[in-house]
Amino acid sequence: MQCQVCQKKEATIHLTEITDGVRSEMHLCEHCAQEEGIAVKSQLSINELLSGLLATQPSDDEMLGGAEQEKACPNCGFTLAQFTKEAVLGCPNDYEVFEKSLLPLIEKAHDGKTVHRGKVPSKTPKDTKKQMKLAALRQQLEAAVQSEDYELAAKLRDEISQKG
Amino acid sequence: MKLTDISGDINEWFNGSGPLSEIVISSRIRLARNIAGYKFLSRCTVAEKSEILKKLRDILVSLELGDEIFYLAVDKTPVLDRHLLVERHLISRHHAFGKGPRGAVIAQRESFTAMINEEDHLRIQTLKGGLQLAQCAERINRIDDMIEQRIDYAFSPRYGYLTACPTNLGTGIRVSVMLHLPALKMTGQIEKFLNASKDMGLAVRGLFGEGTEAAGDFYQLSNQVSLGVSEAEVVAQFENVIIPEIVGYENAARKQLLSKEPDILDDKISRAMALLRNAQLISSQEALFLLSHLRMGINMHERMGVSTPAIKKLCDISAAGGKVDKPGSLSITTINRLFMLTQPAHLQLNCGKTLDAAHRDILRAKIIRSALNG
Repeated sequence: MQCQVCQKKEATIHLTEITDGVRSEMHLCEHCAQEEGIAVKSQLSINELLSGLLATQPSDDEMLGGAEQEKACPNCGFTLAQFTKEAVLGCPNDYEVFEKSLLPLIEKAHDGKTVHRGKVPSKTPKDTKKQMKLAALRQQLEAAVQSEDYELAAKLRDEISQKG
Repeated sequence: MKLTDISGDINEWFNGSGPLSEIVISSRIRLARNIAGYKFLSRCTVAEKSEILKKLRDILVSLELGDEIFYLAVDKTPVLDRHLLVERHLISRHHAFGKGPRGAVIAQRESFTAMINEEDHLRIQTLKGGLQLAQCAERINRIDDMIEQRIDYAFSPRYGYLTACPTNLGTGIRVSVMLHLPALKMTGQIEKFLNASKDMGLAVRGLFGEGTEAAGDFYQLSNQVSLGVSEAEVVAQFENVIIPEIVGYENAARKQLLSKEPDILDDKISRAMALLRNAQLISSQEALFLLSHLRMGINMHERMGVSTPAIKKLCDISAAGGKVDKPGSLSITTINRLFMLTQPAHLQLNCGKTLDAAHRDILRAKIIRSALNG
């Protein structure tokens, strides 16, 4: 079927509109549909997903409890503002820290789904808390080395190797 | 491993074999993983990145894969070599030209590769020729199990494998199938295919993945959703539903060309042949575009038993003295080899010197002429 506007290209977008009980049909090619301002459903890019993230108003609940927008991850220091710029998160902990803000984005990116269904590691890292504790210890180790507190560094290193 | 050991030939998964290989070039499955207890790469110091790199490299090079395993320090690899790795689809452009300590592991004759410190700490992938997603999935799962025995991945019971970008969350799986769809393009139906793919939540990219235009009628189709569906479901949907359907459309379009517009088909093939056999200068874009028509012609002959005047001429090239792999016919392997070996970095590494674009166009034309004329 030909596009009814340009009469040249194949019509790939078919619209049915019912106004005041009168049914009308439109058959357009992608180019002409765009010209007519008809949006074509397409997968949102990460940037499009991100641009909507900070635009949403914080709910009353968030206002009372402190909006996630203002928060920084205690583990990596990451903020949502940085996420919208870089499109990647700072650490696994961010999924918990910014859960409320990230959830709508995750839902959009994954076709409405928000719960993992699939492979589970056979020796699952027991919980994310343990992982985060390790990350915090590594951060302290780094600081200790930098301030040349080698005694503390050695202690931290042992603790890390024990836990890891 | 020296890259010149592999740069003279095509990789195994690109040699034109495998189920439905007349339309499906290759199957690829990638998994994204991060190590528990570390920040994502955007927040890692150089020292932390080096630590992650060392940890993962030690594990990967000691895996029992039944084949030689090569490790490359990507950040210390010469730029031209990095381009070659991208041309061979062994690492991503992002990885080749990113920042900081990072590495690549290549094994099983280029059918398994791993990128360390790309966007995630670890990205592993398996590749095969034609439509062989189940085999890719089985192998990547086994390798993932082996790695997991030695290290804890960042994982949450609710969100699955935790990735730097939420778009890869869950299984961390990306299934990608490279398709050759010249007849859908010639019959003006390619937009329909692109729209339908988008409606199904699939991403369509060019030959070289993210951010590239489809060139030479090659399209790469990948899943976008990785959370809330199992690995097996994603793979099965591609292997049993999506790809067979597209292959059906392309085959129907090829038949339609043969029955309704054999002149147009023959004109495209004859022109491609004439240009490729005579051009003195040819860009990689133009070569890709013209070779695509030859590829379709040969496949129509081999798989559909078709013989139009132009296709017959094309397949008789060896009789006219063309250099071919096996006597009797110009094979898909020859065409695929031309696709790969005329890419910019391949040209330069194989002739042992850097060439500017104009000199590459001369050399490319020469290689193609010699393969098609003898």
